[in-house]
Amino acid sequence: MKPVYMIGGGITKFSKSSPQKDFRYMAKEAFDQAMADVPNLTLDMIDGSVVSYFSDHFTRQLMAGIMVQDYLGLTPKPSRRIESGGATGGMCIQSAWEAIASGRMDVCLAIGFETMSHVNTWKGNEFIALASDTNFDYPVGGFYTGYYAMMVKRHMYEFGTTERQLAAVSVKNHGNALHNPYAQFPAELTIEDVLNSEMIADPLKRLDICVMSDGAAAVILASEEMAYKLTDKPVRITGVGTGTDAMRLSDRPSRDVILLPHEKAEDYKDLKYPGVHSFRGGRVAAKEAYKMAGITNPLEDIDFVELHDAFTSSEIQTYEDLGLCKYGDGGKFVESGAASLGGKVPVNPSGGLLACGHPVGASGLMQGVFALWQLQGTIGQHFGGDDTLQIRNAKRGLIHSHAGTGTYITVSVMERGF
Amino acid sequence: MSEEKKVKSMKVEEKEVGATLYNLDPIIMKHHYEIDYIHSYAQDSPFFAGLSKGQILGSKCPKCGATYATPRGHCMDCGAKTEWMELPLEGTVHTYTTCYFGGEEFLDETPFTLIMVEWPGVETLFLSRLVGIAPEEVAIGMKVKAKFKRLSQFKPTDVYFVPTSE
Ligand SMILES: [Zn+2]
Repeated sequence: MKPVYMIGGGITKFSKSSPQKDFRYMAKEAFDQAMADVPNLTLDMIDGSVVSYFSDHFTRQLMAGIMVQDYLGLTPKPSRRIESGGATGGMCIQSAWEAIASGRMDVCLAIGFETMSHVNTWKGNEFIALASDTNFDYPVGGFYTGYYAMMVKRHMYEFGTTERQLAAVSVKNHGNALHNPYAQFPAELTIEDVLNSEMIADPLKRLDICVMSDGAAAVILASEEMAYKLTDKPVRITGVGTGTDAMRLSDRPSRDVILLPHEKAEDYKDLKYPGVHSFRGGRVAAKEAYKMAGITNPLEDIDFVELHDAFTSSEIQTYEDLGLCKYGDGGKFVESGAASLGGKVPVNPSGGLLACGHPVGASGLMQGVFALWQLQGTIGQHFGGDDTLQIRNAKRGLIHSHAGTGTYITVSVMERGF
Repeated sequence: MSEEKKVKSMKVEEKEVGATLYNLDPIIMKHHYEIDYIHSYAQDSPFFAGLSKGQILGSKCPKCGATYATPRGHCMDCGAKTEWMELPLEGTVHTYTTCYFGGEEFLDETPFTLIMVEWPGVETLFLSRLVGIAPEEVAIGMKVKAKFKRLSQFKPTDVYFVPTSE
């Protein structure tokens, strides 16, 4: 495999709706910003693209991917569409990574979008719930917040996780977003604000849940030779991992915990795993990516994480899958401040999906863009001069994209290459 | 036939059908979209037939012994074709939630309580609804028993659970 670098990124400001710009124009805006990041890169140097969006239902336009490709002026070069539910954006980056790693391409664009504003919120929830088994799960009351609520109920039962700990994730991420001009929903919140917000599916309240969005994001990947030719701030993708689990939350028979290098089997003697409280696919993705990147102790070896926090609960569950803390300790981890800006490993310094928004096909790419700017040290430059969110001397970051009830999960490790 | 008779009108008929104007700047059109899907339960059909007879059918693998509370035609562990296995009508709440909102199709039914049912010795769970209990009284580990709709609609909601009175 050849080394793969990320050299540029761009993103639209995520919003509730964007009637002045359709998905092609939003993609173009993100693309133009990514190109502006790399002034020496011209359109003819791009060998091809991967275009991602989640739902044909939201778009009501099949083959929307090719419409992005032609709008950007990339036809007749190679392109493909990638769809993997909520992990669509992360998978898009990994697909572009494969194009470079295999030597097929020297420069590849990874770009994603979603336009969720075309239907009302409850129809939108129905569309998203179609990403659950339509024989057995969807007809019983198909609602993703309901599925996640059942998972965290069990997490609370097994490990003593509290609603205040969930709320702490919301306070942290919405607060970080106050300094991110691209975020849809920045807010200064208190634990009480979150606890008092409207109950959606017990114990998840309105402020525990991300909002629906329109938006697009793009990153440009390149081979080593092209990366160093085109930019003096290349970021290397040193590890990729992908995991899966059964579509139905019901289908998670107990097995042994899949251990990361720093863990021992005795740590989890009596834990039924993955149960409905943990994401086995996230663990598998992390394990593969860590092995490739040479990470043996994630908490020590990673400077920041951008992870898929569609719900506050899934952020807590994901700390554990990624091995930032032991299974069961996720609630205490956020409460300790370890995941806060200035903490041991800031998680979602951008504000995450909770505060930036979750235009599904773009969300994983958004993480790539913000992680790229963190590692380049250009957060202030990209955020209108506000560098509050810049993690000093960040050398290695992790991005994590997640679908369904943990069905497709991608983990990619990025490192400063200069 | 003369040209005059063949071409009746030089104008198209103007009817408001399909997409209609929703907004002017930018111009936004509103489409109605509705469709009948002809969806086969295929190999899962016996489960739905079972519900109409007051049975909950799971799957058991004859090759490796794996058991599934929610049926599947082939074993996730070894790939063998599974056999049907009748589950007890009494089970335990593995986890639960009460939904106060939902997808559009189910909004009218809110609030409703979802549970995942577990049975001893069965390795996976079964998603269903729990009725006849206040949301704050539901608890993990509580015993529940299955009830069936009198008129089967051949949907997974033909079965639902109520607390076991002890
Ligand atoms: Zn088997």
